[in-house]
Amino acid sequence: MTEHSYPNTQMRKKGILFFLMKARATKPGETYGVPGQGDTLWLSLASIVGIIFVWWLVTAMGWVKPLFLPSPQAVLAKFIQVWNEGFTNTPFIEHVGISAARVFGAFLLACAVGIPLGIAMGMSPFIRGVFDPPLEFYRPIPPLAYLPLMIIWFGIGETSKVLLIFLSVLAPVALGARSGVKSAAIEQIHAAYSFGASRWQVMAQVILPSALPEILTAMRIGIGFGWTTLVAAEMVAATKGLGYMVLTASQFLQTSTVIMGIIVIAIIAYAFDMLMRFVERRIVPWKGRM
Amino acid sequence: MGLNIKQASVIYPTADGRPPVEALRKIDLDIVNDDFVVALGASGCGKSTLLSLIAGFLSPSSGEILLDGSKVQGPGADRAVVFQKHALMPWLNVLDNVAFGLKLQGIGEAKRYEIARGFIKLLGLSDFETSRVYQLSGGMQQRVGIARALTCDPKVLLMDEPLGALDALTREKAQELILNIWHTTNKSVFFITHSVEEALFMGTKLVVMSPRPGRIAHRFDLPFSRQFLSGAPAREVKASREFIELREEVLKIIFSDEEAAA
Repeated sequence: MTEHSYPNTQMRKKGILFFLMKARATKPGETYGVPGQGDTLWLSLASIVGIIFVWWLVTAMGWVKPLFLPSPQAVLAKFIQVWNEGFTNTPFIEHVGISAARVFGAFLLACAVGIPLGIAMGMSPFIRGVFDPPLEFYRPIPPLAYLPLMIIWFGIGETSKVLLIFLSVLAPVALGARSGVKSAAIEQIHAAYSFGASRWQVMAQVILPSALPEILTAMRIGIGFGWTTLVAAEMVAATKGLGYMVLTASQFLQTSTVIMGIIVIAIIAYAFDMLMRFVERRIVPWKGRM
Repeated sequence: MGLNIKQASVIYPTADGRPPVEALRKIDLDIVNDDFVVALGASGCGKSTLLSLIAGFLSPSSGEILLDGSKVQGPGADRAVVFQKHALMPWLNVLDNVAFGLKLQGIGEAKRYEIARGFIKLLGLSDFETSRVYQLSGGMQQRVGIARALTCDPKVLLMDEPLGALDALTREKAQELILNIWHTTNKSVFFITHSVEEALFMGTKLVVMSPRPGRIAHRFDLPFSRQFLSGAPAREVKASREFIELREEVLKIIFSDEEAAA
């Protein structure tokens, strides 16, 4: 057989595009063809360093004015200054503390309500029928849209702030728990019944443990929504908190404080997500393996 | 006494005006003493429906299922089930999985671990008590499932294609293991399989089922498991002229049923 017989094959074996698209044989210990396989730690670090470098470059070269984008050094200096002297006469750690208390308080409350509610919705068509419409109705509405209602109903105090965050966390947690109820294999449920289990035992000893991986994932998603809503919650009548700090600084065009606040929120949220992943590995090590 | 199925039929109603599906028609079957009853048949012949009936997951449209003379009303530990897969609890280790049924019955920890350890030993899993079940091979997971079913001392052990997901070599070893355990424990067994060779080797009674409507088309009494248990090597039993002739006969029945139905 000459290349005349297979012109296409010969054609396809050339060119940089072919080289990039070609699946290479794996090294021992890896599986051929698994999508997205491989460690990304070094690439992620390089990505962070790259972003900071570009940031530094455009400010150091004077391409962007500090009003629009202060340099990384300026943001770091601002952080140290606020850390030492506080912001609007309140120590920095108090801003962090009050925001964390609002987000985690609302998060815990949302878990305490949302997880049992979601499980009940998964287990009972009655509860699902009753709670599905209100949950699905408010879920896609941006918290900023119902913030005025919260304020009219619950005032400008702590209640409306926590409630706003609570509502943004509640829906994803409840829906996650609800779909988690369906995780148990019918064989697991039948096995339990065939040993004479009661409905209650099946729920407590088969359905709940099976739902745990999905509930934990829903909690991770939920706390993300909580941080997203923080700034909105601290828009009205707050005198403390990271969201308040960012908003106030923006009104005085203190861009370095704005960026610093954003980074602090991101770091706290990321650290908590790492903690949740650690918890996940500890209490649901079987996730995705059975 | 034992398990008696009398004229049991199952009819599934269908939506949008199509005629109802007759999954099982007038099944008569006794599983008593140390019977090892194997149900064999193509997909859709109602084997699994029959097992659901016995297990109590499903109630018959007509007829009845009696266990020691009283009517089966729902699932219960006197009819423990071994499933093909996905039936273990990955959040529990091997010991707790085996003891799971006893725990559901409210038996205290010391007592249930003692019973569980006995069956773990019987199934050759003693070195894996604290292992996570998802770290075990498919064959070992099935042994955990069998040990778990045995802990509750069922009157009838129901096995729903327990070896269907195993590779050929593991499967043959598991067949021998199950026969030995059946011999040791003296239980009645109801066993579902797709494999003609497995059915012939393991059963004392064979029922060949036919689809549409699901029914028992043929019954055979089998000597082969007894031959194995009285010392004949498994491969020798399976290679004997008697075994091969019966295998071909049963295969012929199944294929002609398929053609008749098609």
